[in-house]
Amino acid sequence: MPDKPKVAFYWCASCGGCEESVVDLAENILAVVDAVDIVMWPVAMDFKKKDVEAMPDGSILVSLINGAVRTSEQEEMVKLLRKKSKLVIAYGSCAHTGGVPGLANQFEREEVLKFVYEDSPSTVNPQKTRPEIKVITEEGTVTLPKFFNVVRALDQVIDVDYYLPGCPPTPKLLKQALEALLSGKMPEKGTVLAPDIALCDECPRKDTKPSDLKYTEFKRPHAVQIDPNLCFLAQGIICMGPATRAGCEGVCISGNMPCTGCFGPTSRVKDQGAKILSALASQVEAKEEKEIDKILATIPDPVGTFYRYALPVSLLRKRIK
Amino acid sequence: MVSTNEQSTSKNSWEPRIVAFFCNWCTYTAADLAGVSRLRYSPNARIIRVMCSGRIDPQFVLDAFSKGADGVLIGGCHPGDCHYIEGNYKALRRVQLLKRMLKDMGIEEKRFRLEWISASEGERVKTVINEMTEQVRELGPLGMPERFADWDKELDILEKEINRKGETVDA
Repeated sequence: MPDKPKVAFYWCASCGGCEESVVDLAENILAVVDAVDIVMWPVAMDFKKKDVEAMPDGSILVSLINGAVRTSEQEEMVKLLRKKSKLVIAYGSCAHTGGVPGLANQFEREEVLKFVYEDSPSTVNPQKTRPEIKVITEEGTVTLPKFFNVVRALDQVIDVDYYLPGCPPTPKLLKQALEALLSGKMPEKGTVLAPDIALCDECPRKDTKPSDLKYTEFKRPHAVQIDPNLCFLAQGIICMGPATRAGCEGVCISGNMPCTGCFGPTSRVKDQGAKILSALASQVEAKEEKEIDKILATIPDPVGTFYRYALPVSLLRKRIK
Repeated sequence: MVSTNEQSTSKNSWEPRIVAFFCNWCTYTAADLAGVSRLRYSPNARIIRVMCSGRIDPQFVLDAFSKGADGVLIGGCHPGDCHYIEGNYKALRRVQLLKRMLKDMGIEEKRFRLEWISASEGERVKTVINEMTEQVRELGPLGMPERFADWDKELDILEKEINRKGETVDA
């Protein structure tokens, strides 16, 4: 029997949802398992780092890596997988654009550690114990990975061939990508494997989007009764649709929740947050500075809202001290 | 969009670098007037002409900062005077929100400024550029490209460690 193509899955700073989305292939996963050899998949299989190290360079057809990179262990693993793989796909928002873990780029490493190990309401740590990278005990030396100061998207650490966007990517997009891979019909390197157009284009509420929006207030989804048939922007609810790539087929919209931007921007946009900021602010109704500020004040957290999934790849990358 | 080649950040010779986006109809014409009137003002502003302050994508501002600008100045027509009727209002609204966002990202308020300067206010161009240059000089370099390089050192450190093989990484 000829060798089946080898595939690896790996996770970095992520929530596990991307792993779920692989399982969401449902019965299609049987076809995948038939067609390929999975050589690494920490969530489901027992292969170890040394197994991957023992493989010849470039012998894995593709590594699908999800999660942002924020520890030295993750950096080491993705560099190893890069060396062993012909192709690397950044799988999901965190690997693609930094994702929700990337919001930690609003804080310094020390602020994060201090909150987690000392200040958070559920923490009892009177001795202020912190994890050490290296501890020498009588039994030997124990080590932990280093926690970086900056959260990074995958392509800020290693060379990435393709991107599967989404939090998580939809089974349909994964299936299409795997089929293209196995048939050798992949697009140009660097392509994001989803339509290169804004979500509004495939939004089920597209026809109700007014051509002329005038915001007098921004409302938050939990605070209002949402009309299930009307464009969110027309209801004064922030929807990232205009600044977000299509391809999810409006799953959140169908659940009567606005888009939060997980597919990242289209190829023409460098900074997703700046683009939605531009789109929303320019259509505020007021003309006086004070009135404008009053309306804009109804957006409580611009960075967290506009860069929910893309702060590490934004033009500024990280808050400065 | 903004040149990264010029190096003005070595310590003793540092000069503030301000990227100024001026609208074609008012502020750029005013800067021209300042020129033909032989007004002297600091050479620290690199003026980029755009057709309207409403054309200034917030990405331009962030891009300027990320490529080494120490300050960004936007100049447009006074409210009610926009050649395209509404462009300067759009600019104002974007700027108000962008100011908040820049503050959240740790960039000092005085590094980003919007001014309405009409075609006849050459003197105002001089005052604003001089004022802003001094304010930014006081703040010192923003140095985003240098910061990016500095941040990424934590990756290089690991790379070296891995290459030494088998040894553990120190903090």
